[in-house]
Amino acid sequence: MKIGKVIGTVVSTLKLEQYIGEKMLLVKILDPDGTETSETLVAFDRCQAGKDDVVLLIDEGNSARQVLETGPTGVVRAVCVGYVDSVNLYK
Amino acid sequence: MQLARVVGTVVSTRKDEKMVGVPFMVLRDLDLENQLSGGSIIAADPMGVDRGEVVLYSKGSSARQTEMTRDRPNDAVILGVVDQWEVGGVEKYHKFKTITPKKSPK
Amino acid sequence: MNLGKVIGTVVSSKKVESLVGVKLLIVQPLDEDLNPSGAPVVACDSQQAGPGQIVTYIGGREASLPLPDPFNPSDATITSIVDEVD
Repeated sequence: MKIGKVIGTVVSTLKLEQYIGEKMLLVKILDPDGTETSETLVAFDRCQAGKDDVVLLIDEGNSARQVLETGPTGVVRAVCVGYVDSVNLYK
Repeated sequence: MQLARVVGTVVSTRKDEKMVGVPFMVLRDLDLENQLSGGSIIAADPMGVDRGEVVLYSKGSSARQTEMTRDRPNDAVILGVVDQWEVGGVEKYHKFKTITPKKSPK
Repeated sequence: MNLGKVIGTVVSSKKVESLVGVKLLIVQPLDEDLNPSGAPVVACDSQQAGPGQIVTYIGGREASLPLPDPFNPSDATITSIVDEVD
C-alpha cells in the first residue's frame, strides 16, 4: 500500500462503462516522512477524500477489484481505501 | 508497451522445463526518434521476428497472456512488428523508408 | 491509473492474434500540472481517443481486460478521455 495526498479530481465523460459513477482522484504519492515523490496516480475513491487529505491507497489489481466489488473483469488498480490521521516512524 | 529493435537471439539448452520451445530475442529500447535508448531486455517471441526488425513488446504479468507464454514463467513478450509510427503528425519511422530526423533550428 | 496525452500512433500489421483490430497510440505520461513526466509508452485504445487528447491509462495485467479479447498481452490501455483536471 502507499500513502498519498489528494491534489485534485479527474473528470471524464467518455470512459469505460464500469467507471460510471466512480469518483477519480489525482493523488501525489508521499514518502513515509510526508515528502512528496514525483509519482502521481489517478485512483478511485472509497473514503470520501477531499483536497489535501492524506490517504492510504492500494495500487494492485486483485485487491482493488475486491474493494470495488467489480468481479474478475474490473479494470481497476489504484483505490483510496482509507484516510490517514497520522504516521509514526520509529526513530 | 515499448518500441524496441531486435538485436540478437538467446540460445539456452538447459532451462526450466516450462520454458522449452520458447524462442528468446534480445531487444534494445528505441526512443520516439528511432534511436537506441539505454535499456535492453530479453523477450519471448511468439511470432517469429527477424534480426533488425522494430517490434512492440509488453512487460510484466501481461507477458503471460499469449498462447505461447500462457502459464509459463515469463515477464516480457513481443506482440507485434511495427510498420510505422508518427508523433504529432510527423512520421518518425517507416519499415520501408529511411527517415532522417530533422534537426531543430538553433 | 495515470494521466497521459496522446501524441502519436503506431501501425503494426503483424501482431499477436488477440490484438488484431486494436488501435495503438503513443501516450506521453503527464504529471499533475499536465507537464510530461517520464518516457512515452505505446498503449492500446478502448475509448476512440484521438491525437492531442488527455486520457487516463491503466498499466499492468489489468490493461488486458477492456479489450475485445481479454486474453491479450497489452500492458497499457487507455480507459477514459479526460474532460477536466482540477
